[in-house]
Amino acid sequence: MSATLREYHAPVWNEPVIMEMGYPGRRGVAVPEAEEEVGAEVGEATDLIPAAMRRHDRPALPEVSEPEVLYHYLRLSQQTLGMMGVSLFGTCTMKYNPQVNEAIAWRPEVTEVHPYQDDDTLQGTLEIVHRFDNILREMSGMDQFVFQAGGGADAAYTSCAVTRAYHASRGELEQRDEIITTIQTHPSNAATAAAAGFKVITLMLDEDGYPSLDALKAAVSDRTAALMVNNPDDMGVYNPEMREWVRVVHEAGGLCFYDSANFNGMMSKVRAREIGFDACMFMLHKTFGAPKSGVGGPAVGAYGCSAELAPFVPTPVVAHDGERYYLDHDRPKSCGKIREFWGNVPVVLKAYAWIRAMGAEGVAEASDISVLANNYMERGLLAIRGVTRSHPDATSPRLEMTRYSLAQMKEETGVDVHDVQNRMTDFGVDAMWTSHEPWLIPEPFTPEAGEMYGKEALDTWIAVLARISDEAYSDPEILKTAPHNQAVHRLDHETMEDPARWAMTWRAYLRKRANTVTEG
Amino acid sequence: MKERVAHRYMANSVPAIKQEMLDAIGAGSVEELFSQLPTEHRLSRPLDLPPALSEGELRRHLVDTLAKNGTTERYLSFLGAGCWQHHVPAAVDEVVRRNEWLTSVSGEPSSDHGRNQAWFEFCSQLGELLTMDLVGMPVRSWGVAAGHAIRMASRITGRDEVAVVRAIDPERLSVIRNYCEPVEMPSHISVRLVAFDPETGLMDLDDLREVVGERTAAVYFETPSYLGVIEHQGSEIAAIAHAAGAQTIVGVDPISLGVLAPPVDYGADIVVGTTQPLGVRMNTGGGVGGFIASRDEEAYARQYPTLFVSVTDTAKEGEYGFGLALFEQTSYGLREKGKDWTGHSVYMWAIANAVYMALMGPEGFKDVGELILRRAHYAARRIAMIDGVRVAFPSGFFKEFVVDFTDTGRSVVDINKELRAHGIFGGKDLSRDFPELGQSALFCVTEVHTQADLQRLADTLSEVTAR
Repeated sequence: MSATLREYHAPVWNEPVIMEMGYPGRRGVAVPEAEEEVGAEVGEATDLIPAAMRRHDRPALPEVSEPEVLYHYLRLSQQTLGMMGVSLFGTCTMKYNPQVNEAIAWRPEVTEVHPYQDDDTLQGTLEIVHRFDNILREMSGMDQFVFQAGGGADAAYTSCAVTRAYHASRGELEQRDEIITTIQTHPSNAATAAAAGFKVITLMLDEDGYPSLDALKAAVSDRTAALMVNNPDDMGVYNPEMREWVRVVHEAGGLCFYDSANFNGMMSKVRAREIGFDACMFMLHKTFGAPKSGVGGPAVGAYGCSAELAPFVPTPVVAHDGERYYLDHDRPKSCGKIREFWGNVPVVLKAYAWIRAMGAEGVAEASDISVLANNYMERGLLAIRGVTRSHPDATSPRLEMTRYSLAQMKEETGVDVHDVQNRMTDFGVDAMWTSHEPWLIPEPFTPEAGEMYGKEALDTWIAVLARISDEAYSDPEILKTAPHNQAVHRLDHETMEDPARWAMTWRAYLRKRANTVTEG
Repeated sequence: MKERVAHRYMANSVPAIKQEMLDAIGAGSVEELFSQLPTEHRLSRPLDLPPALSEGELRRHLVDTLAKNGTTERYLSFLGAGCWQHHVPAAVDEVVRRNEWLTSVSGEPSSDHGRNQAWFEFCSQLGELLTMDLVGMPVRSWGVAAGHAIRMASRITGRDEVAVVRAIDPERLSVIRNYCEPVEMPSHISVRLVAFDPETGLMDLDDLREVVGERTAAVYFETPSYLGVIEHQGSEIAAIAHAAGAQTIVGVDPISLGVLAPPVDYGADIVVGTTQPLGVRMNTGGGVGGFIASRDEEAYARQYPTLFVSVTDTAKEGEYGFGLALFEQTSYGLREKGKDWTGHSVYMWAIANAVYMALMGPEGFKDVGELILRRAHYAARRIAMIDGVRVAFPSGFFKEFVVDFTDTGRSVVDINKELRAHGIFGGKDLSRDFPELGQSALFCVTEVHTQADLQRLADTLSEVTAR
């Protein structure tokens, strides 16, 4: 379990902001002129615009040639570590993004297709979506999937919208105005429930690392609309009483939504429907190998539910009549649209391609390896000075990730988790994930080994943290001033929270800088 | 039995490595590591999934299946209605496909400096097109942006109604309703539709005055509208909204902003819109994205549910840093007390948008806007010459226009079917969502359509409707 640390230094281009680049008259595209006959027929473009709506100024965009634009953005890509280092970013389920999937997703049969084309000209895409729906049904036990939600939080919102439509159809929505979740469930569950108009009841953790059944029973009532919960949570702890939880909520007339954000360790092991859940969500941009573009998307939260809830899902649903695939828009009980059209089709395609490359055995093995690798990491990390684990008394092996704490290191050296994050990037290792808010464990960090990285990479990650621990105890200043080998130095975060100085656009930056200079 | 070879995506699937890791942790088997899972929770059989494919097999399977699609490269397409065929420069695709961006993880400002800068440049360039100082990172679609903006306005004003023009994409309206309703919820925002003039397609200002009142949080309208019309009564609409103490929210297609006035010029408080026309391919609707922008005032900034990227100083004098600002006010920081919710959006497309805007520059936007206007109007005039065919709102549209086939005695469904047989995707059928427009379709013409394409459409329509 030892690794020699490589020399690493990020490319530094001192790249200007695009707004500072260019020269008047340069351009990166040449738009053709309208044909002569077109011009003769319709006249000047300006005359086709109502007078009140004509633009009189020129937008202050940069004037840059094509190669200048290209190389500017390629340099920015080079100053992005992405997954070139070792990125064990917890709760994200690092996945290799297979190149064949990208190659297919950029074919014109995917990119040059309009969502309102007649179904007869969409048979290829509809077939893939339908096949993937069936695959997710098998993996979860659910009866229907839809792919409209543009991410996991959007799928949680979809669940809230379906929950509203379901209770409204029974005349109980006014009465059922509470959604129960737990403090370790992703913030989006609480946030989407509130945005959908529900009151949120949050259960706190007990000593075992999950809330007690008694706490749930005290919260459940005839006002309960639904339970929204992760299992395992992102400390790697699984609530073994979940079947009983679902039973209790159902008995009170509520629905149960399983946020499968941490599905990687569960794939082929546990199915949401068999535990009793009415609905669940998978993140295709994480668990199923599609890229999520540095926390940005485009993503897909695949929402699946039981036959009982299927009438309420957003329209349209992809269906098959035995011969032909079609979009079923005729669903009068539907909760409506969560987003325009029917989903991020390229992402669904990539997820389908990933599962077809893995097969049932590959999926089971990915789950095994991610849990094995996490436990392998744990042994190495707990041997590092200043590192402890959440719930040290819970002795069962953690699943695909473990929550650690650097509280001891901070107490003994003054170095905090953000210092460590910044220093890690000096070694070509992406900053580790701390924890969702609120931090239940002080100075938390949550690496997730996943199945993509080899043992050597995991050993490197451990060795980097070991080296940083040594530095914390011998030369903390090197951590306090990190990063040193990166494309950029440590950021001033205060500016970004100050209304007088934050600048979300270049316009705002120029205006505020001018104000500062004048005042100074 | 043949031993399985290691899987190509999983470095640790070599049996000897798994054994080495098991030995290191002192476990007898991987199964031991799942001891947290109660037996009664476990699936007792292997998953029944199709067999694993090699890369070659997979490629063949996907290519063969997708070949059943008809593309807008093979068909001449006039479909728009919220997802449009615009030219995407090759340099955009080259940049956006870089693997450095395509990660499954998040990164910190220190490790992903370039990506953060590209995101800031997206906001900055959009800010110039809009002449607005505060632009959030994109949201998932135009409808999502409109829904969030309406909720922002409701929080700012403490009111619970929104006036929305009736000439709106039914899909977008459905998303807005999802963000505002249903009536049973205490946070309900009533969506009140404002009529449009059947002659002009413009908002009916008398009806707007009827609808707007002391409960109105915002008036929401779009220009160009869903029906393609350039709404030019913005100043009057904003005046009516402001007189009632309501916010003015305008939805806009940013590719029009090289030729059309930015909404702040006629009184918009919050501007939303789509990002797809800015260098993102249609992707069967998977290319959509939305944006929210406003004046850089704290009252607005504090209500955004989106992430912001701010430029800031670093430890090195003169160096730019870029990081997430006002993160704590989002649902990530505050859970249910946050401003709505945030999450994965369309940030990869934001990079495409940034490259596109940089390539276009001010002159590119002006040129493309003018070309679209001229070609769209040319197409409309040719089509209007066909017997029994009428262009509903013949003046003041940008790239889309409504074609009314009622007098031909043919349905849009029939006409589109015959057009398809001629290799053409006709306009979006409006007859179900806008019955008052009869057998009408929304046609979209952009810079990709040549005069020959437009003549072919007119000739084919003429032939089809003559039967």
